[in-house]
Amino acid sequence: MVNQAKALIDREYKWGFVTNVEADAAPKGLSEEIIRFISKKKNEPAFMLEWRLNAYRRWIKMEPPTWQHVYYPPIDYQGIIYYSAPKLKKDRPKSLGEVDQEILETYEKLGIPLEEQKRLVGVAVDAVFDSVSVATTFKEKLAERGIIFCSFSEAVQNHPDLVQKYLGSVVPYADNFYATLNSAVFSDGSFCYIPKGVRCPMELSTYFRINAADTGQFERTLIVAEEGSYVSYLEGCTAPIRDVNQLHAAVVELVALEGATIKYSTVQNWYPGDKNGKGGIYNFVTKRGKCAGANSKISWTQVETGSAITWKYPSVILQGDHSIGEFYSVALTNNHQQADTGTKMIHIGKNTRSTIISKGIAARFGSNTYRGLVKVMPKAENARNYTQCDSLLMGDKCAANTFPYIEVLNRSAKVEHEASTSKISEDQLFYLRQRGISPENAVSIIINGFCKEVFKNLPMEFAVEASKLLGVSLEGAVG
Amino acid sequence: MVHARVPGTKGLENYLAIFGSREKKLLQAEPSWLTHLRKTAIERFSNLGFPTAQNEYWKYTNVAPIAETRFDFVPNQTLPEISIQQLETFMFGHPEWPRLVFVNGKYLESLSSQTSQTDHLRISNLRSVLGSGSKVFESYLARIASFEENSFAALNTALMDDGAFIYIPEGKVLDKPIHLMFVSLTQNGALTSQPRTLIVAGKNSKVRVIESYASLCGGSYFTNAVTEVFVGENASVEHYKLQRESERAFHIGTTEAYQSTGSKLASFSIDLGGKLVRNNLTVGLHEEGSECELNGLYYVSGEEHVDNTTFIDHPKPCGVSRQLYKGLISGKGRAVFFGKVYVHKNAHHTDAAQTNKNLLLSEGATVDTRPQLEILNDDVKCTHGAAVGQLDEEMIFYLKTRGIGDREAERLLSYGFAREVIERVRIEAVRTELDRLLLARLQDCAYFAWRDRMKK
Repeated sequence: MVNQAKALIDREYKWGFVTNVEADAAPKGLSEEIIRFISKKKNEPAFMLEWRLNAYRRWIKMEPPTWQHVYYPPIDYQGIIYYSAPKLKKDRPKSLGEVDQEILETYEKLGIPLEEQKRLVGVAVDAVFDSVSVATTFKEKLAERGIIFCSFSEAVQNHPDLVQKYLGSVVPYADNFYATLNSAVFSDGSFCYIPKGVRCPMELSTYFRINAADTGQFERTLIVAEEGSYVSYLEGCTAPIRDVNQLHAAVVELVALEGATIKYSTVQNWYPGDKNGKGGIYNFVTKRGKCAGANSKISWTQVETGSAITWKYPSVILQGDHSIGEFYSVALTNNHQQADTGTKMIHIGKNTRSTIISKGIAARFGSNTYRGLVKVMPKAENARNYTQCDSLLMGDKCAANTFPYIEVLNRSAKVEHEASTSKISEDQLFYLRQRGISPENAVSIIINGFCKEVFKNLPMEFAVEASKLLGVSLEGAVG
Repeated sequence: MVHARVPGTKGLENYLAIFGSREKKLLQAEPSWLTHLRKTAIERFSNLGFPTAQNEYWKYTNVAPIAETRFDFVPNQTLPEISIQQLETFMFGHPEWPRLVFVNGKYLESLSSQTSQTDHLRISNLRSVLGSGSKVFESYLARIASFEENSFAALNTALMDDGAFIYIPEGKVLDKPIHLMFVSLTQNGALTSQPRTLIVAGKNSKVRVIESYASLCGGSYFTNAVTEVFVGENASVEHYKLQRESERAFHIGTTEAYQSTGSKLASFSIDLGGKLVRNNLTVGLHEEGSECELNGLYYVSGEEHVDNTTFIDHPKPCGVSRQLYKGLISGKGRAVFFGKVYVHKNAHHTDAAQTNKNLLLSEGATVDTRPQLEILNDDVKCTHGAAVGQLDEEMIFYLKTRGIGDREAERLLSYGFAREVIERVRIEAVRTELDRLLLARLQDCAYFAWRDRMKK
């Protein structure tokens, strides 16, 4: 069993290839010139440059936070290339046929051939290759219903009023060290706008991928759901194998107006580093949604299996009365991976409800921390929260921590928090094995059961992928 | 974790000056190890300063009112004589229990019952041991409660003047609980006391200790207490801390316990008073197979603030810890709970459970709760839970259908909620007294009114 386990754990990261595309990159380092360069390169209106510069000026005065439960050497922010775009033919591709064949092959290896997806799955994919959006499918089909789904740069060009109105409305540029850095240098990302009363007919999806070496990826996603609309958004991430650590500091902002629902699902499979903890992505992301209108709902689902360090708290500000916030998470840390993740639910409106289900799995030297805040403000009458955080430990060198913060300023609140930490029970394993199930499969079955509550909230195709991912990353980690 | 320090030395001068003025006298009266200890402690205190909200462990409790008030060590006027009758209400109806009484931190022999020094059993006040050259005392004092990161423990260590020293020799089983009464009596001006208690329970011994903190008049004062408990191999200690300071009092209590192989500790921390109360309770299950059970109950009303911060350390295999803290918060009261359970790498078969439940009884009552688990081992069973809520409408309705009024139903249910902790108290007299005190705090005794009606 130990040997089998070893073979599985040692399985290599199979998405670690590098695509040879000539990159159009800025020199290393960060300065006002670089920011002007990025802004100019993207032909941005004045308000965007202004915004970036404000963020930059604020950022140089900020110190990186130190309260987290993850450890890494200091990052040299001047050693990062802040802008890198694959060099394309002069004009942007009009159809998939014009997209660089090598890039398309990359996606095929990732298992999301655009063509196939377009045909079979019906998912509209906005593929972000390094920082610039390469091709966006189904755009026209969505446009018929008035839905805007495009790269952030396009949105800045074509819908500057919407961008100006909502950019920074949930995560202001001075929010925190990494969000501020992102605000200064973000190069692209996705923008999505669902008009009043429209139910988005398909799952929208962005596939992020860090390709060029030494580049930080700073994308920015903004989703606005107008009154009574609905959208389900998927985000998947992978990165090639590199010995050095790469920084990924993204910002995601969601705005749900009255009666709108946004469902945001992430399967994060950035390169986690090798088994000695060398290399891998630093995933320092700020994700926040605002239930601005009454009866709105924001739901975060995340499966975090990659990255050397995952450090993020997808949060919901429950401002509208009767609004709902949800957070479902599976975080897996194997080898030397570290994760400090969780959520914040800020109850402001009346009769607001939130649910937090977090499942952490730590194996080998992995360190897994749940950190979450549930805050009920004085005016939030009848707020409800239910939190459940379970951790599964595999091996005696891993660590699991649970740090919930519960702050209640209104007496009518009802807040519950439950957490447990244990290893896979010998009894469960024995039960499955005596029915002829191999130790491998037994562990897999138990883990899948452990994560079921979260997986069932993922869209179908993601759930399958997540389940497989978890299997690959973990099977047999019990020896 | 980074421990932020207070910029500057606000509020420290008073204490540093008092230490300076005492130093010479102490050098003559006390053994050199003790003077050295005090010096190290005052240095640490002056380096740490009073904690601020930047310190994670003090995020929700602001001690600025303590730092900003100038507390005196001796009353500036003569206090009225205290008679034993005045203390009787605090005695659980058992004046025969061994008793040490301290008024404003000073031991009063006339009010205490016999102290014992036979058979190596020791129940005595600290002052009588401080200069005695007792080897046992030297080898335990300040070895359990670290003041490295705790400025209040540092302050106490530097300025402790009196308190209790209890030593239970190997195999000794004490049938009567020992009662330590710390009474405050202030009229004008603010006083401080720095009581220190050291309990050493030898191998296979058994002891129950009650620490009472109470006030004889509603003045403003600052109690900074430190208690160290050593639980020897297979020994069993029950420790009760009943805090009913005046509503204008500040109370900071640090209790730390060291547990040896197979030892058992049951701790009760009951808070029924105080304007600003903070209890730091640390239990180290330092040797294999030790068990601890921590129970807490707090009733916070008016503008009171009660903070319970607990830390259970599991460095060795087969440790068991259980924790239940429950709170009733009314008025504009604020309750804080921070409970950390830390399981080290080699602490296999650790079994830890922690629960904190809070009932908000009025508009303006607030709660901050943070149960924390840090686990570096896979072979464990650890759970924690926290809940904040209010009385169940349906339960109130149920009682109303049986002819019980609104307010009475509320009191009855609140009492039922708190009862879970009181029931665990193993000394009957203490249990009865806690029942009475709680019901009194829930104002007129709804429970008895209801019970009387049932009898008819």
